[in-house]
Amino acid sequence: MLLIYGDPSEAPPESQSQEHMQRWFDYTNELQAAGAMKAGDALQMPDTATTVRARNGETLLTDGPFAETKEILGGFYLIDVEDLDTALGWAAKMPNIEYGSVEVRPVMTFD
Amino acid sequence: MRPREALDRAARDDGPGVLATLTRHLGGDLALAEDALQDAYAVALATWPRDGVPDVPAAWLTVTARRRAIDRLRRTRALDERIRTLEAIARRDGSAATPPHHAAMDDDSSLTDDRLRLLFACCHPSLSLPARVALTVKSLGGLSTAQTARAFLVPESTMAARLMRARRKIATAGIPFRVPPDELLDERMRGVLAVVYLVFTEGHTASDGVELTRPDLCAEAIRLGRLLVQLMPDDAEAHGLLALMLLTDARRDARTGPDGEMIDLAHQDRALWDPEAIAEGSRALERSLRLDEPGPYALQAGIALCHDRARSFGATDWGWIASLYGELQRVAPTPVVAVNRAVAVSFADGPEAGLALLDALAGERALRGYVPLLAARADLLRRAGRVEAADAAYAQAISCSANVAQRADLSRRRRRSRRGLG
Repeated sequence: MLLIYGDPSEAPPESQSQEHMQRWFDYTNELQAAGAMKAGDALQMPDTATTVRARNGETLLTDGPFAETKEILGGFYLIDVEDLDTALGWAAKMPNIEYGSVEVRPVMTFD
Repeated sequence: MRPREALDRAARDDGPGVLATLTRHLGGDLALAEDALQDAYAVALATWPRDGVPDVPAAWLTVTARRRAIDRLRRTRALDERIRTLEAIARRDGSAATPPHHAAMDDDSSLTDDRLRLLFACCHPSLSLPARVALTVKSLGGLSTAQTARAFLVPESTMAARLMRARRKIATAGIPFRVPPDELLDERMRGVLAVVYLVFTEGHTASDGVELTRPDLCAEAIRLGRLLVQLMPDDAEAHGLLALMLLTDARRDARTGPDGEMIDLAHQDRALWDPEAIAEGSRALERSLRLDEPGPYALQAGIALCHDRARSFGATDWGWIASLYGELQRVAPTPVVAVNRAVAVSFADGPEAGLALLDALAGERALRGYVPLLAARADLLRRAGRVEAADAAYAQAISCSANVAQRADLSRRRRRSRRGLG
């Protein structure tokens, strides 16, 4: 799982440009062409988030994300690759890698 | 040889190779391989006194550990690819309850590859640096967890937890058990060398301890360095690193006095330097220079060799050392290098020339409170005859140091400087 993080205030203005969007499309196409792509999406801003918990039998809803941090989760790719080095290689090519960051985590498998 | 001694020796000399081969058979699961090897040691402890020491203990341990790994996998009911691989190899091993005395090891080249794979897995950059260092010493040095813990001055339980976490990450994060492909090899090899050098420097100067050197760790790093040049004979910097460690460690016995106090280069008894280590180190440096342009390790080894060959402190070729430091600053600029270069220049061209270089550095924020810089500045001021400024500079250096032996040494230098005043 590649979790894409970034601080919107750190992102350069051109990250909103059409050209930059094209880089994301190209990246996704490249993942698909390599046969690595399982799923992936971009997320709306955290101010659209609702956090859900159940405590003492009562469902509690909170406006906003689970953790208030400057770096927000902006999207994800679920990929299927041979090993960690391959996953790290894909992460390093992420279009936002020069101003954001990517957390690489294996998906748990249940036997 | 008695069974207990034979087992200790096998664990030390053959353990890392057995561990490496097992890890490959287990698809890179270092945690399981380590557990299975520990099981095999326990079986050996029980059966060798009765049955005698096997002809090739390493082969016996490999076969036994492989069986224990199968048992462990069966227990966890993870009947996956790994168990089929192992069972295929186990059929080849035969079916006797304990392996035959004449079981042979896999051929040398596959063992070399396995240890190299293990080394790259242990030094993978996705592990924390302390974990990489500890795991490398533990897995490739063949030390016990208790010995590894002692070497790094942490409680055994802390070390066991650190190693466990790192092994688990190798398995679950999918850190590959292989020699990296060409596009990653150079970068990863630099990482491996850095880990081995860190083991050495950790042994050479304890940053927060009382004792100045921990020779066990230095010896361990040199062992790893020898292994590296054996596994990667064409890597110039691997030879350079081995040379640097040998040429530095050659002065070990002269570096501390009878009370554990540090003795600087100028006051060391050069008769205590180890001529064999110097000879081996200079051969390693020659091999490095034949392979490639000198990199950071080879340059530092060149500097160490310059000191090792000087008959006295006064006879040192400081001009040559200063130019090697200049080259080092170009390829790998660090504060330590900048300070050392200034000191070398001061011996070649006089203290004022060195002070001019140090004063240019002192303005840098990152170097504020940097003890080697402060100490070097105090020494140069003393040699320039500016005794009052020197005294204040020593006081500042002492207040910034956290190492007991280093503080004691600075205080001694300060007293010596004051006597010059009176």
